[in-house]
Amino acid sequence: MFTPEMLESVKKVEATRPARIGKEPARMSAEEKDLLLKKFHPDYREDGFDTIKVGPNAGQKAPTELVRLLHSNSRLLGREPDLKKTDYDVDVLVIGGGGAGASAALEANAAGADVMIVTKLRLGDANTMMAEGGIQAADKENDSPVQHYIDAFGGGHFAARPELLRRLVMEAPDAIKWLSDLGVMFDKDETGRMITTHGGGTSRKRMHACKDYSGAEIMRTLRDEVYNRKIPVVEFTSAVELLTDGGGRVAGAVLLNMETGDLLVARAKTVVIATGGAGRLHYQNFPTSNHYGATADGLILGYRVGAPLLYQDTIQYHPTGVAYPSQIYGALVTEKVRSLGAMLVNAEGEAFMHPLETRDVAAAAIIRECTERGLGVVTPLGSGVWLDTPMIEELGGEGTIERRIPAMLRMYMNYDIDMRRVPILVYPTLHYQNGGLEIGGDGFTKAVDNLLVAGEAVGGIHGRNRLMGNSLLDIIVFGRGAGRAAAARAKEITIGEPSLEHIRRYARALEDAGVETGGVSPQLLPDYARHERETAV
Amino acid sequence: MENMVDVYFFGKKYSVPSSLTIMTAMEYAGYTLKRGCGCRHGFCGACATIYRIKGKNELRTCLACQTQVEDGMYVASIPYFPTDKRTYDVNELRPDERVMMELYPEIYSCIGCNACTKACPQGLHVMQYIAYAQRGNLKKCAEESFDCVGCGCCSVRCPAGISHPMVGLLARRLTGKYIEPEAEHLNARVEEIHEGKFDSLIEAVMQKPIEEMKELYNERDIEK
Repeated sequence: MFTPEMLESVKKVEATRPARIGKEPARMSAEEKDLLLKKFHPDYREDGFDTIKVGPNAGQKAPTELVRLLHSNSRLLGREPDLKKTDYDVDVLVIGGGGAGASAALEANAAGADVMIVTKLRLGDANTMMAEGGIQAADKENDSPVQHYIDAFGGGHFAARPELLRRLVMEAPDAIKWLSDLGVMFDKDETGRMITTHGGGTSRKRMHACKDYSGAEIMRTLRDEVYNRKIPVVEFTSAVELLTDGGGRVAGAVLLNMETGDLLVARAKTVVIATGGAGRLHYQNFPTSNHYGATADGLILGYRVGAPLLYQDTIQYHPTGVAYPSQIYGALVTEKVRSLGAMLVNAEGEAFMHPLETRDVAAAAIIRECTERGLGVVTPLGSGVWLDTPMIEELGGEGTIERRIPAMLRMYMNYDIDMRRVPILVYPTLHYQNGGLEIGGDGFTKAVDNLLVAGEAVGGIHGRNRLMGNSLLDIIVFGRGAGRAAAARAKEITIGEPSLEHIRRYARALEDAGVETGGVSPQLLPDYARHERETAV
Repeated sequence: MENMVDVYFFGKKYSVPSSLTIMTAMEYAGYTLKRGCGCRHGFCGACATIYRIKGKNELRTCLACQTQVEDGMYVASIPYFPTDKRTYDVNELRPDERVMMELYPEIYSCIGCNACTKACPQGLHVMQYIAYAQRGNLKKCAEESFDCVGCGCCSVRCPAGISHPMVGLLARRLTGKYIEPEAEHLNARVEEIHEGKFDSLIEAVMQKPIEEMKELYNERDIEK
């Protein structure tokens, strides 16, 4: 439960609550937002970034931890497996077992391709499973894909690639329909109308949800369907390097059995990188809301074979990660908590901002409250601000929290914090990689033939910030599209003998640039194990 | 100095800070987890765990990422359990009483011991949702099982060998697909998009100069 200091502050929050209810705080002007971001958003902290020295993005900056991986050599350098021994030979190889990978596999299978999923943990161990708040689609009468486009384009600071954003918004209703037909249980009223809410930065209520298990409900349904279609899934097996045909075409991947250490060769006509994000690299020492395997592997695989990154220097810090208790530090508190009416309130009980600004603005404002203004609440691991959850019950009626956000209630009740009665403490958590590998409107990378990317591993769909509910959407839209495109391409082509020449070329480039990290990449798993031997020194 | 407790991972004793979860305590002890670790935030069910507190008779199940360590905890993770998912074509099923009888007939062998409910780390009424499935009340089964993370603790403890998470999943898919009324506004919008109603409008915003887009964005009306 809370410390005495926290309880003192809770009293102030309670004291101001009646006056705050029903009074919407002002939204910031464009200029105010710009200033706030430049001063407080982690993307603007120069010491968090390094310059990439090799490859297509040489000269550009990226988070220090990602640069280190980009500057590391292949795990296979000097221990290349015999590429003549083929363990798998498929039309379409999907790397990654989250929502994008599963959607790609389902559509490739439906198109008649021989498709296989390889994933380093289990199918469904992915950020998709943890997405709580919802999925956007402009399907109500007062809304349109154009309105959705404007919201997302502005929210992403006018940097999204128009051809990608167009697909996102135009195919959104169809994505919801597809999921619904698979049996995903969206929140509906008794007539079948979708219950939709706002997210930060939306101008229409277009957030569809499945309580606060939205991603879990989508992921478990997709996973079930992958099994129903008998699509082969190779679990606990990482792709550690792509294969080429010696020219500019992808030809499969080398896989690592995570349990036995054996290397396997998978030949494929087309490859879909759907490996997700990078939260477990803990940029700038932030905690993360991401799953255990989010270590940017696909970015490394794609980059080493020559595919450029886009917006690799923009990261999303979700404004409301758990700040207290420390056992769940960094876990996501869904934006839906704010959609349902909870305000962000400082230690003195003041609502210091509109609760539904975009995520980057909200994160920066919370950091400002806890640093410059000194109005954060001290916690064992740092500080945080209040998210005034009892407001939800006052606004929506008793029982709203249990009905609409049961996962949040359960998570806090494990630590005897009843969010229906007391506010909760939050602080930004590393949530999403806005950037990633660059693709064209057809889902293919422009630099490497027959290589596609889908989901969080893509850069450019959202620009430099992403709106809530557009990520669950993008994994479905671009996952499905990638599966269809990969299957169609596989029918047209034959591939040559596989080669790992590119890893030797990359090693030479690192050497020429004078870069030596001493490590290898992709990272595969975070390094959390504490070893007494090291700490004893 | 942190308060330390003794826990036993697979019978082997480690001294760990009492503030840790079972998962972070294993990492503190030096384990690099490959199995039994997924989202780490209670949504994926990868870290099903069974434990007993020294001197107590009761066996308890939990998610390792959501459970704080206690002194004298004997812990075994259950990173995989052979639940039995039946495969089907969801388009050929009908949401009636027979569907459970055909796909998961073992639910009728339930002896009513309620071990599944006691085992559920999500606090779900597992035996109750199985009872709904037995009676063909798929919608109630779907609602009661909705917060299931599929960890399988229920199935581990079931003397009848029921794969409860799979039963709930089938009920939810049938409910979402067949039982709940369709969203007419969604169907209408999908139709409009296919007919090309928004094609020229979206082209137009895609072509607009950034300055115009900024104006459009900053001045757009926001639904109350």
